[in-house]
Amino acid sequence: MTRRRSPYPYWFVLPAAVVFTVLFLVPTLASLWFSLTRWDLFTASFIGLDNYRQFFKEPFLVQGLVNTVIYAALTSVSKSVLGLLLAVLLTSGILWQSFLRAVIFFPVLVSTIGVGITFTALMHPTRGAINIGLAAIGIHGPAWLSNPELALYSVAFIDLWKGIGLATLIYIAGLAAISPDYYEAARIDGATRVQQFWRVTVPLVRPATVTVVTLSLIGGLRSFDIIWATTRGGPGFASDVLASVIYKQYQAGFYGLATAGNVILFALIALIILPLTWWFNKREIDL
Amino acid sequence: MTRRQRNSGLIAMAVAFVIFILPFAFTFLMAVKTKKEAALMLFSWPTEWHFWDNFTEVIQARNYMLLLAYFNSTVITVAAVSGLIVMGAMVGYVLQRRPSGWNKVIYAGVLMGLIVPPAVVPTIWVLQGLGLFKSLTGMVLIQIAYGLAFSVLLYRSFIATIPRDLDEAAIIDGAKPWAIFFKVILPLLKPVTVTLITVQSIAIFNDFTNPLYYLPGKENVTVQLTLFNFQSQFQSQFNLLFMNILLVTIPPLIVFVFFNRQIVAGMTAGAVKG
Repeated sequence: MTRRRSPYPYWFVLPAAVVFTVLFLVPTLASLWFSLTRWDLFTASFIGLDNYRQFFKEPFLVQGLVNTVIYAALTSVSKSVLGLLLAVLLTSGILWQSFLRAVIFFPVLVSTIGVGITFTALMHPTRGAINIGLAAIGIHGPAWLSNPELALYSVAFIDLWKGIGLATLIYIAGLAAISPDYYEAARIDGATRVQQFWRVTVPLVRPATVTVVTLSLIGGLRSFDIIWATTRGGPGFASDVLASVIYKQYQAGFYGLATAGNVILFALIALIILPLTWWFNKREIDL
Repeated sequence: MTRRQRNSGLIAMAVAFVIFILPFAFTFLMAVKTKKEAALMLFSWPTEWHFWDNFTEVIQARNYMLLLAYFNSTVITVAAVSGLIVMGAMVGYVLQRRPSGWNKVIYAGVLMGLIVPPAVVPTIWVLQGLGLFKSLTGMVLIQIAYGLAFSVLLYRSFIATIPRDLDEAAIIDGAKPWAIFFKVILPLLKPVTVTLITVQSIAIFNDFTNPLYYLPGKENVTVQLTLFNFQSQFQSQFNLLFMNILLVTIPPLIVFVFFNRQIVAGMTAGAVKG
């Protein structure tokens, strides 16, 4: 008697597994080796940890690393805080609610490069609409993108502008999953709106918070196109992040160094996301 | 609607208008100005409307590069999304229907796909080895590899809602595994497939970084790269640059208008369960 074959054969997984292995897993594993070499795509000579040493010695490379963390923290905190507040506002039955949701969400879908170019024009120190608008109310606006102290934060703001719609959307879905009974019980107990927000909304919308924070942290740490479309990491190296450093090293032909940057980016993401996920899961049990 | 709800709506609308609508209005106004007027970069009403002139000039620029870019981007998007549908659904199906030790391996792969940043230079090295560097085929396969994790998760959770009785009825009728999947299961996945198509096609159409690395060369240009190329070429021709932005923004706008609900479903998947 022949054994009956499963109606769910493993060869169904094969096409996906081949593509994923060849174009994602193999390069990822290979990066560990190539980051230890001087490499021109054809020949690689082993140089030990020199690439990594260089990465942590060159001040502009270190700054890229620091900027990456600042940028990711800023964008993910601002997206989750503002996203939750906007979601609460946009589920409270205000006038033009669904139109407002659409308006806030639309930038998520448009070209990042297009947004970057538009804001570069809007943020022009003298002729940009932002500073002209500020001048009209008596504020002397700064050079948003060409001031080294400010450039990274301005780019983070553009990122927030483009991404806030997604955070809001996720929070709206999260709020919809909270049973109205909780609010009713809180009202009967005499809780004010503010108390309801802190005692009911914030704890119960946690799954959405986890999603927003995790997604925007991963996105923020890997962020490249918005920076490339606005400042290209400049002025100088003031707004460089790991992803733009990797691209610059790649362009300059330092493939080993670029790959070491990639491994560092991977390590950084793992170091931040894995403990965070563990912490989020642990807190879930406490609830 | 209470007075409070009306007033907060009015205030929110005013704020949203300034913050979210004006930048788009600015893009549009810049796109219809003359070269000289656009160079001022002011947020002003155009004195002359040059919509049509600018439109034709952008299309014709660099030997119709924008049309070629539209063609390339469309080919990449359609092919990659088709691949993601079939491959993602097949993995999600086996993953959900056949519990085994292999599932842990698949989940590990999915988790990596979601978190690990692609190692770009080694990927170029692999693509060169396969003869796929600078080719549309290579770009399509890259987009599939990077989008698989999301597709598998989306399909797996949807397949969990499809009763096994359907598979079993087909098995009793003597259907082969591939026939059960393609004729019974895949058609039932239509709602989630539409979601996947909208979300992934926008993501792939808007992708800039991957074509920048894996698809250099004039003949391979994609729409996002035209913006980037024109940024230096049109330094003194902001009207054309912004017309280009406008043209690149239209496809997502159309998808948004018709598939708003599916996009919302796709992008919030997992938000409730965590």
